[in-house]
Amino acid sequence: MSAEAARFRFVSANRRVREDRRFVAGHGRYVADIALEGMLHVAILGAQHPAARILSIDPSAALAMPGVHYVLTGEELAGATDQLMNGLDTPNVRRFPLALGQTRYAGEWVAAVVADTRALAEDACEKVKVSYERLPYLTQAEEALDPSSPPVHPAHGSNVLLDKQFVWGEVDRHFAESPRQLSFRVTWGRNSTVPIETFGVVASWDPWSEMLDVWASIQMPKYPDQIARALRIPANNVRVHHDVDVGGSYGVKRGIKHTVLAAHLARRLGRPVRLLEDRLENMRGGDAHGPERIFDVDVAFDDAGIVRSMKMRALDNAGAYAGRAPFQLGKPIGAIVGPYKIESVAYRAQSVTTNKAVQEAVRGFGQSPTNYAIETALDKVGLACGLDRIEVRRRNFIRKEEFPYLIPSGTRYDSGDYHTVVDKVLAHVDYPALVAERDRLRAEGMLAGIGIAACLEPSGGNSAFEPLLNEKNETTTWMESVRINVDGTGCVAVTIHTTSSGQGHETLAATVVAEVLEIDPDLIRIVRPDSLACLPSNTPVGSRMAIMMGGACFHAAQKLKAKLLRIGAHRLGLAPEAARYQGGSVGAVSGGQALDWAALVNIAHRNFHLLPPDTEPGLESTHVMQVPTGTSLPKDGRVQMYPCHSFEFHLVLVALDPVLGKPEIRRYVIGHDCGTVINPHIVKGMTLGGIAHGLGAALLEEFVYDEEGQMLTQSFMDYLLPSSHEMPKVEIVHHCTPSPFTVFGQKGSGESGYLGAPAAISGALNDAVAEFGISFDKLPIRISAISDAVAAARVRSSEETTS
Amino acid sequence: MKPAEFAYVRPASVAEACAVLASNPDARVVAGGQTLVPMLAMRLARPSILVDILRLPELAGIAEEPGTLVIGATTRQVEAERSSLVASRLPLLAAALPWVGHPPTRNRGTVGGSLANADPSAEIPLVAVALEAEIVTEDEGGRFAMPADDFFIGPMLTAAPEAGLLTQVRFPVWSEPCVGVGFHEVSARRSDFAFVSAAAQVALDPDGRCTRIALGIGGVGDRPVRLDVAGLVGTRVEGDRVAQAVEAAAAVLEPTSDLHASAAYRRRVAILLGARAIGDAVADAQEKGAGR
Amino acid sequence: MKVALLVNGAVREVDVEPRKTLLDTLREDLSLTGAHAGCEHGVCGACTVLVDGAPVRSCLMFAVQADGLDITTIEGLASAPGELSVLQDSFCETHGLQCGFCTPGMILASHALLEANPAPTRADIAEAISGNICRCTGYGQIVEAVELAAERLRLANAPRAAAGGRP
Ligand code: FES
Ligand code: FES
Repeated sequence: MSAEAARFRFVSANRRVREDRRFVAGHGRYVADIALEGMLHVAILGAQHPAARILSIDPSAALAMPGVHYVLTGEELAGATDQLMNGLDTPNVRRFPLALGQTRYAGEWVAAVVADTRALAEDACEKVKVSYERLPYLTQAEEALDPSSPPVHPAHGSNVLLDKQFVWGEVDRHFAESPRQLSFRVTWGRNSTVPIETFGVVASWDPWSEMLDVWASIQMPKYPDQIARALRIPANNVRVHHDVDVGGSYGVKRGIKHTVLAAHLARRLGRPVRLLEDRLENMRGGDAHGPERIFDVDVAFDDAGIVRSMKMRALDNAGAYAGRAPFQLGKPIGAIVGPYKIESVAYRAQSVTTNKAVQEAVRGFGQSPTNYAIETALDKVGLACGLDRIEVRRRNFIRKEEFPYLIPSGTRYDSGDYHTVVDKVLAHVDYPALVAERDRLRAEGMLAGIGIAACLEPSGGNSAFEPLLNEKNETTTWMESVRINVDGTGCVAVTIHTTSSGQGHETLAATVVAEVLEIDPDLIRIVRPDSLACLPSNTPVGSRMAIMMGGACFHAAQKLKAKLLRIGAHRLGLAPEAARYQGGSVGAVSGGQALDWAALVNIAHRNFHLLPPDTEPGLESTHVMQVPTGTSLPKDGRVQMYPCHSFEFHLVLVALDPVLGKPEIRRYVIGHDCGTVINPHIVKGMTLGGIAHGLGAALLEEFVYDEEGQMLTQSFMDYLLPSSHEMPKVEIVHHCTPSPFTVFGQKGSGESGYLGAPAAISGALNDAVAEFGISFDKLPIRISAISDAVAAARVRSSEETTS
Repeated sequence: MKPAEFAYVRPASVAEACAVLASNPDARVVAGGQTLVPMLAMRLARPSILVDILRLPELAGIAEEPGTLVIGATTRQVEAERSSLVASRLPLLAAALPWVGHPPTRNRGTVGGSLANADPSAEIPLVAVALEAEIVTEDEGGRFAMPADDFFIGPMLTAAPEAGLLTQVRFPVWSEPCVGVGFHEVSARRSDFAFVSAAAQVALDPDGRCTRIALGIGGVGDRPVRLDVAGLVGTRVEGDRVAQAVEAAAAVLEPTSDLHASAAYRRRVAILLGARAIGDAVADAQEKGAGR
Repeated sequence: MKVALLVNGAVREVDVEPRKTLLDTLREDLSLTGAHAGCEHGVCGACTVLVDGAPVRSCLMFAVQADGLDITTIEGLASAPGELSVLQDSFCETHGLQCGFCTPGMILASHALLEANPAPTRADIAEAISGNICRCTGYGQIVEAVELAAERLRLANAPRAAAGGRP
């Protein structure tokens, strides 16, 4: 498919993002803005200890306070609801919204207090008396592998949730045959997406219609089903309202435990109930942390720097409950070799429980940590072979003409042109000048380094990793739907069936439908029906909406266009092939008389007698789209994962004072290829935001637990999000390699930037300190750690020279 | 994250404020609230009554007295930042103020509030210690002035009277014709509390020899510290001598380790930034001298 | 306690507990939900409003402290329903936002900057918004929005050549 922007009217045009108007005016509608008559407020009592048996909970003093309505405990809730969904086949790792009998991490929810105001609920929380018997605990993943470590879930028998070994290709032979090998360990610190809006939910139960209404800042597939299942009510008694703006998510807004808790309370008390996490609840007990992972990597390569085989062991600290954490070890299997032609891979995925907060899906679903490990390997291979780090990547890249390219773990990459993107970036920055600038900084006594990362963003999200890691799971359907309706006055309404958290889905849908129907996008209304009026959606996960919602819009609009064409041809007495659709009108291919939009609409809505035979009246079309690839079950540990693979190439120059150790990003360039761009503003924003997020992961952000199992970074004073001061001006170099699997050639971009920034920044710092023979192998790389390492290296080298 | 209940009064005078404080042992003074309110929100502070002094006219404003610049406790940080008096008489404070929080917190935060909260890494206390300012407090027993060095005891701990309030800070103004300042700070993000900060002020004679010098280091121990670099007086402050003097003086520092920075880091960087601050101060003084 | 606030040009009387922040009061008692609670401890800036024209964190102020003060919220920036200020429109033009949660605070902080400094540099802009955390955008398009608004306002305010004044 050709991708010249000129081919499109609205796709790829620099059009405004329609959602922005309401937000700049302060008229977004977030969950915290929803106030229902008689609404009660919840505050949460968190566990003090990392592990303890709950001996008793005495709510009497709290309940005696005026304005306090209820104190909910784990026992009541577990009796009234089913356990929360568990992705793995680990039936004895049970999870309820409130701790049941035992707490498993400091901050875990122990009781919920309901009161007239949030402040009162917090007052009452302080009065709930819980007596605990402390239990042994652990926080380190490696400790969890020890069978004698204190079990987080005694019924499960060990702390190992998942330990799966995959071997794709002849790893042993390739290692034996390779002249060179190296091994290393890198560690990805526990961080997350940390949206500025915490999670919130409002639930209301109408006993007369037996309807549960839910408003939430949610981004989660199958949310209504999960609520219904946990509450043991039919799913058509749950109505999730999608006209709620979500204040950022990037994966984590999946407050199912919050929702089940609030919904139960709403039913129990007969009043609407609101649970808005405050920042402390969010950080400690919101169950929205991200991967925390140790990688042990071995690579086999030759003197030319060609990597033939890789062994990777990824050990992830899932925290206290399984949640979706283990699957974040599975998704990267779909791009386990990155953009490189590595022939064989052995991959061991290990997920363990510890007494830390629970993980949720984080932007990239495990891909960014994996990319960090792969890119570190390429840097080290380059260093070992005395090769430029860009050259070593070039030599290993899959070549343009080799696509579609099948990687050892079973995924076929759609398309790419990595060499060209790299060339474009190098030309843009004038690479020799960048190197000269680094050397000039060094000559001035600074430490300076160039960082490089070449990464993939698998996109178009399916869940092929689920059956891969859990044979009992046979999900291969992963769909998205759109409905278009043209009313009797000719106005167009498009329904989309999910919430959005800043991705601009309304703009996306309007752009695509307008493109196909050749009408003005600004005249299209986008509607988000509640879940009962919805068609199937899997929500914006796995960087999928440009592909899936865009695709569904395209097909629905094509169907509508076909119907308009049939109606027009029939009315004009033309054979369908002799008619053509243009700009909302239908006329003869040969020219002459045509029927305009109003006339066609009029026939469809009012003149049944003029409709072609067997045609439904009205103008409506629906499309339920299945993900283009990744639709069959795994075989022999191999599976086709996501359909599309965007590419990003990061080049960054970092400078720092060797004693202060504070990295300053002097130049940041990213080459980005996500196929055909539907809205350039949106893609740019995602990319810049992703880089900022990656910068945080590389240098600033971490959920740190101390020896006592207590979290040290509970507030924004200690968990540090990048501000405008830390973000450099980023230069974006575009390239477009269309995907053959999508309607316009588009690929995903929702995770862009984040997937390579941590690797690139870490690489730059390692380049900066390479002269001392040291490197950093753990993220985030803190200022003090840099300075301390450099100081120690200087002491060592001065000792060596004097001895 | 809602504060526990408290009562609120806005007294009409300092005397009235002192009376309220005297009769309510767990009352707290609030002015700009930029430090106290987060502690209230997290329920780390739970006073029974908040005494709001922000609008007391007696406490606001910047005034010059012979040899001294007097800054009222409730003077907003932004006012001090924009004040031409501060710029000309207390250039060191002027250099430090842009490092205090960020613009919205400086709009509301006060000079006195920053002193009274005694964060070991806060900039205004550092300048007060470096320049040997005097801190004036008041309670029902009357007014009381003490050197900043005695005022700061530890993190969030001061020698202010139990039932009193900080009313003003009195900075000595150096009368030498040729005074220069230097301020350096390192933190994880620019607006965060400093891992280490250094504030230096020097006076040079017409020959470029140092006649007076002050150096303070913040963020390193449990309170800001004035380092004794008097050995540099009478010399041309240049070359290795500066670093050596700072290093020797830094022996008194008692750095601590935390999540963000090790003790070794703090000591190493204190020496570096101390020397840089002095270097900048000298350059600044020379520039001013040349400009006259 | 009874408090009178001057909000977006109108006197609004509320009766609040002393512990109620200005943020909660605006949102709950006055239905002005444009200011958002992101952290409630003074770090993120999502709650920014203008008090006497200067941006401050409304989560770090109690309503009782704001008695009699002049408060502008995001709802007070546009001249009429459906209209946008030049700055707000510039945010739309450059897509200086995504989820919109930080946006009201970001715009008010930038608004105050442009009132004081009609020709800010990139560094001025970065400093002015440094107390407002945005997790979505990485700030690039926000900085562009403020630059664009500054330019538009300068052009709009530039003196026109006198009529017939061409040589
Ligand atoms: S909510 Fe006020 S600063 Fe974050
Ligand atoms: S636009 Fe989402 S946090 Fe700024």
